[in-house]
This record gives sequence, C-alpha cells and structure tokens, in this order.
Amino acid sequence: MPETTIPPAVVPTPGDPPTPSLGTLAQATIFMRCLAIQGSWNYEQLIGNGIAFCIEPALRQLPGGVDGEAYREALARQSKYFNSHPYLASIAVGALARIEIEGVAPSRIERFRTALCGPLGSVGDRLVWASWLPACSLVGLLLFGVGWSPLWVVSGFLIVYNSGHLWLRVWGFRSGWKNGMRVAVSLGHPVLQHGPRYIGRISAVLGGLALPFAVHRGIGGGEPFTTVPIGVAVFTPLLAVLLVRLPARVQGWLAVLILLAALVLYSVIG
Amino acid sequence: MFMDLVAIALLAGVLGLDVVSFPQIMISRPIVGATLGGLFFGAPFAGMVCGAALECLALEALPVGASRYPEWGSASVVAGAVGSLGANVGALPRPGAFAVAVAIGIATAWVGGLTMVGHRQLIARFARPRLDRLAAGDMHAVMTLQLFGMTADFVRAATLGVLAYLPARFFALWCDAHWTVNAPISRAFVVTCVAAVAASAIWKDFHAISGTRRLFLASLTAGTILVAMGA
Repeated sequence: MPETTIPPAVVPTPGDPPTPSLGTLAQATIFMRCLAIQGSWNYEQLIGNGIAFCIEPALRQLPGGVDGEAYREALARQSKYFNSHPYLASIAVGALARIEIEGVAPSRIERFRTALCGPLGSVGDRLVWASWLPACSLVGLLLFGVGWSPLWVVSGFLIVYNSGHLWLRVWGFRSGWKNGMRVAVSLGHPVLQHGPRYIGRISAVLGGLALPFAVHRGIGGGEPFTTVPIGVAVFTPLLAVLLVRLPARVQGWLAVLILLAALVLYSVIG
Repeated sequence: MFMDLVAIALLAGVLGLDVVSFPQIMISRPIVGATLGGLFFGAPFAGMVCGAALECLALEALPVGASRYPEWGSASVVAGAVGSLGANVGALPRPGAFAVAVAIGIATAWVGGLTMVGHRQLIARFARPRLDRLAAGDMHAVMTLQLFGMTADFVRAATLGVLAYLPARFFALWCDAHWTVNAPISRAFVVTCVAAVAASAIWKDFHAISGTRRLFLASLTAGTILVAMGA
C-alpha cells in the first residue's frame, strides 16, 4: 500500500487555542457511537452519516443546543460524504467535534474534513486490516495449535485483538480532540507510522509457528511420523506454491471450494 | 428444530452485524463464530476445528476499504453448527460433516459478501429521499438512517444464516451417512487445502516488508521440527 502523505492544510500551526472541555458522559456516548460508525455505510455517503451520528453528542454544546442554528448547520456539514478506516475515524470524530465547538469557519472545516479522508483510510487499512487483524488471527491459530480449549482460544484471540482495537479508538478520539486541526500530530504517532512494519515481521514468525501446530491438531494429532501427517507436510507446501503462482484474480478459497466439492462427490458417489 | 433456527438466526445476525456495522470487535472471525456455532449444538471443539480451517482462508481476503470480501460472520456460525453435527464434546468433527461444513462456510461467506453489497445499495436508496433533511441538519434523519442500516444488516445476516443452515444441515447428515473416504485421510485433505491457502496468504500479504519471507520460512521450519519432536 502507498506511503501516507499528510496534507499541508493540517500541519501544526502556532497559537492554537487551549483544549475545550467535554463531559465524561458525552465522551462515553461518542465512544459507544463510534463502535457503530459504519452502521449506515453506503456507496453514496460512505461513513458520512456515521460521522454526524458520532459527533452529535458534542454538538449539543453549541450555542442554542439541539434547537440552535449552529447545531443544525454543524450536523448538516458532518453528515456529508466521508471516507476513513472505521477505527481511525475516531481521530476525525475528535478533531471535527473540537473545531465545530470552537466555531471554526465552515469553509475551513469542510476543507479540513476533505483532507482527512485519504490519510485516515490508508493508514488504518495498513495498520489494522493488513497487519493487526492477520497477526491476531495467527495468534488464534497458534493457540488452537498448541492445544488450548475452545474457551481460551476464543478469549485469547478476542482479548489480544481488542486490546489494540479499543486502544486505537480511545486514543484516536482523545488525540483528535486534543489536537483539533493539528491532526498531523496524531498521524505522526509511531504506532501508525511504523506499526505495520513490526507487526508484519511478528506475523511472519507467528504464521510459521502457527501453521504446523494448527495443521497437526486439525488432523487429530497423533504420531507425526506416520503416513497422514507426512503426506500433509509434503502436499501443503506444494499446493501453497501452486496458489502463490496462480494469477492474483484466482482466489485460494475458490480453489478450496472446488477441491472440497470434488472430495464430497468422490466420497458419497464414487 | 424451530429453536435451533431461532438460535442460528440470532447468532448469525449478531455476528453478521459485527463484520461492518457494529461493533467490529471481531466476534465475526471464523475461529470465534464457528466455535460459538458448535457450542450451541454441544460440540464447541468440532466447531473450533471448522473455525480454524475457515480462519486459514480468511487470512487471504482482507476486508480493505470498500472492496467486496467474503462475509465470515454468519458463514462461520453455519459452518460451526454443521461441523458439530454428530460430534460429541471434545471430539473432532465427523469427516463428512467437516468437509461439508468448510465448503458451506466458504459458499455462505461468498454469498454473504454479495448480500453486503445489496445491503449498502439498500441504505443508499433509503437515504436518497432523506437527503434534504440531512442537509438541513435534522438529527432524527441521521438517527433513522443509522438505525435502519444496522437493523437491515442484522436481518440480512440472520436470514442468510437460516437459509444456509437449513439445506446444509440435511446435506451434511446425508453426506456423512454415505461417506466412504477414510476419516483421517478425509480430514487431512481438508486441512491440507486450507493450510496451503494460509501459507500462500502469509507469503503474499507481507511481501512488501523486507525480511518477512525469510522469517516465515525459518519459523515454519522451526514449527515443523517442534511438531515432529512432539512438542
């Protein structure tokens, strides 16, 4: 995936106002709503409506409250098209909530909002979907392979994954709220910048360890130097090499579906 | 049977909702969903084995951006429930049920991916007549759209779970009753297929980071030696 560039419009500027306050209840409500930020994801607004849904508790602080003109104008602005990774969208939610409360000029808010989409999407995809999720998935497979019970495998996977996931959401909102338009500070966090590289290396190690153990348990364990485990150890790499060499548009799961259909047919009809 | 379907619908609905809409804590991952599906039918270990198999396949399809990807949430519940047919607590899935469960899991995930596209189009259609209210900053329009999207996603996943489970259950029972391939070889065939996909996915996913392929090969060798030594 391409390296992320931070738009010049969001680079830190001197003389920013102090951080405004936001009540604990409002913060908790925003956090809960952030978990549903993609609830109305669609091909026209993407998560635009979700951003408005998440920011709404903070907008109640605007002059006139929920009946005020400022509240309606801000909500209308925030429900427009927006694209971001769902977890890192919390940075946008924090930053946009703050600048709305501070009464920044609407045209500036809209430019800032547009500038946020690209970086938050690409950084989040690289960090979470392409690194953290596969790494935790391999942790789950390793726990399965080394013989943990179903309860502990499921718990282990969920605890590891969500420790990163929930931290990212909480940190994102706080960082966005704290930095406002100086979002470059948030995006410059070492975890966001270098996390994918380190997680990728750890994943490679986890994957190499997890697969033999998971395969061994999946076939029922037992003596490793017997026909079936040796057969699996020989054919798995051969099939993997074949899959790597297949054109990118050929999905491995589709190949597996065809092979399993052949196995079922052979076994019940043959 | 009716209560089974209600449970499948609820579980598939909740896990399908987790994929995108709420709360994305990854209870929708196969290793979780299939274990829960198996747990409901009294065979969590059989469900987990099916889940681990599907988890290997899920490594290949990353849910990046607006791309279309398999929906593993409701599919995993169906696979875990089907894989647990005839299995006892702590026992491996029966050979026929295992092969059918993994195949049905893949097929359901693929169909689920298509239904997610339809769901997103449905939300856009629902939003269009409300765009004027959104542009006027109507809080009720924002809430309505959000709730509609999540409710529709739950209904989508629950319906998919039930529609996939019903035929799959009978097909798996029938296949298992007529299964002729030796159980260890049958299981080994399924496991070989999914492990190969996982290995190729790891090889391809992290290729941009220097040194990862060497690390993968080294740890794969170490892992294989440890298994051979009976660790």
